[in-house]
Amino acid sequence: MSEVKERAEKSRDKKAAFGTDLELTDFSREGGKWEYDADYGRFAPEERRHLLRAGIELTDVEHAGTFLQADTAVVHCQANQPGVEVLPITEALKRHDWVADHLWRLVAVDADKYTARTELELDNGYFIRALPGVRIEQPVESCLYLRTDRFAQHVHNLVVVEPGAKLHIITGCTAHPRVNSGLHVGVSEFYVRAGGQLTFTMIHNWAEDIHVRPRTGVRVEEGGQFISNYILLRPVKTVQMYPTVTLTGPGAVASLNSIVIAHPGSEIDVGGRVILQAPHTRAEIVARTITTGGASISRGHLVGLEPDIKAHLECRGLILAPTGHIYAVPELEGRVAGVDMSHEAAVGRIAAEEIEYLMARGLDEEEAVSTIVRGFLRVKIEGLPPALEEEIEQAIRETGKGM
Amino acid sequence: MLEIEDLWVSIDGKEVLKGINLVIPQGETHILFGKNGSGKSTLLMAIMGFSRYQVRQGRIRFLGRDITQLPTFERARLGLGLSFQRPPTIRGVKTGDILAACAGGKVSYQALAAAYDFTGFLDREVNYGFSGGEIKRSELLQLLAQDPKMVLLDEPESGVDLENLQVVGEIIGRLLQKDRRHQRRDKSGLIITHTGFIMDYINADTGYILLNGRILCSGNPRDILQDIKKFGYEECIKCRR
Repeated sequence: MSEVKERAEKSRDKKAAFGTDLELTDFSREGGKWEYDADYGRFAPEERRHLLRAGIELTDVEHAGTFLQADTAVVHCQANQPGVEVLPITEALKRHDWVADHLWRLVAVDADKYTARTELELDNGYFIRALPGVRIEQPVESCLYLRTDRFAQHVHNLVVVEPGAKLHIITGCTAHPRVNSGLHVGVSEFYVRAGGQLTFTMIHNWAEDIHVRPRTGVRVEEGGQFISNYILLRPVKTVQMYPTVTLTGPGAVASLNSIVIAHPGSEIDVGGRVILQAPHTRAEIVARTITTGGASISRGHLVGLEPDIKAHLECRGLILAPTGHIYAVPELEGRVAGVDMSHEAAVGRIAAEEIEYLMARGLDEEEAVSTIVRGFLRVKIEGLPPALEEEIEQAIRETGKGM
Repeated sequence: MLEIEDLWVSIDGKEVLKGINLVIPQGETHILFGKNGSGKSTLLMAIMGFSRYQVRQGRIRFLGRDITQLPTFERARLGLGLSFQRPPTIRGVKTGDILAACAGGKVSYQALAAAYDFTGFLDREVNYGFSGGEIKRSELLQLLAQDPKMVLLDEPESGVDLENLQVVGEIIGRLLQKDRRHQRRDKSGLIITHTGFIMDYINADTGYILLNGRILCSGNPRDILQDIKKFGYEECIKCRR
């Protein structure tokens, strides 16, 4: 047995550092059987509309590449432009010798039971690579889809942005409208080589009884840039993730943005950690959280290991319901002189004077609240499908109602 | 246009306005003078219907309609517009979005902003990091976009640097149709001022002194201002005795 497998075996029941501990026997490992679907012909209109709410357009047009995995099955996978590779991870392991060496380097296989089970019981995942110097303007669309009730999906993803390349991935994670419960575990390892640029936008659109455990590690080399956008607007049972970005080369930059709405019954524990390991690196973590009755824990951790780094953490939370709960945990850790690190955190309700100010301009109360919420959650993400932008607007309108 | 009858208003249980009577006909602009804390801002806020300002007694009529119990947004839609002395900052909301909401598609807010050198502020968060003069310009442009029939201005010149004073004055003159002949004006105004500076830019018809929640006297606003400057508010209190 390989060393990695051995470590995984030893950690198969290891509790995670954060989040509700899940009993994995509560979930099934029997996923639905799906065949490859070259033209997305098997998706009914209702299902298409549902996927669109997670930003998935089911078209190869205007996408540099596409990847769609339902339960264990890769249903669609295609690169549409030269200079970009999109493969199932199992296929990439066969095609490139070096791929295996890139797995479990940025995320520890024995971090917890979720990482361990992903190694022991892999259901595929995506491999996306931008070749050296290739600037890919259109996004690559990926979708990890739960299509069978109670199924536990384990995927392992690898993204490599080669030197000087540029890549935007929009990944939508969602469940079939008839699927109410399940578990999604997604291990993701992203390598941004010198001067490379990766924008990773993840939209979660799950269901009320689904648990989600992403495990993400990112390495950014000299002059590289990593931008992460995370959007969670719809109900989910629990999400726990704490992606860690390490800036290893001078001048590397990371920006982690998240917008989260915690609905009643949801428990969202979302963090972000950036380790600034080289001089002149910069990092920013911006978290916006709203609770309409659920619990939201917003963690942020910046670690400055070299002088002349600059890092800022901002966490703002709005409590829109009497039972809502927001717990903001900003952490700054400077280990040498010459670091410039700061944070600001604020949690509260919308001030009545802000609402009334807008009402004095002729907006009714609901419009005023929506306007403030929309501003609070304002995200600038290039390349989002218009339908997803409309979905975000819709979620904001619903959040502002009944205040 | 606006009639206020025996208005008693309290804030957090404390009586602030004690029986205000006021009539502002169409096309007239009236000026409110008074010491800090005398209730001037409270009167404007109560006319606008903000929740902190509890009307204990009396009523407010606007365009012949009793608006005493009407929500703020309906008063705004009827044609009342207020420029705040210290408006709140609203993070994330763009100034351009508010101007667009005020304009309601009836006028081009972009053109208004361009006319008063405000285009660069449209993408900025509402009042976030604005100087005193920028706040007032933002407030007054919102009113221009709203095009209210009755303009309520709470110390429009306070905190404004000399450079911005001129622009602020011009916008207020435009809001209150200074260039039209008296009979042709249909907008009305109620303005709080300490300095009287704003009176150079408008045609003020009547002035009042408000002290301790009561209107003590009314008359020609320029005469009143001159008396206040010369004798102070104390003299005014004595005069009423």
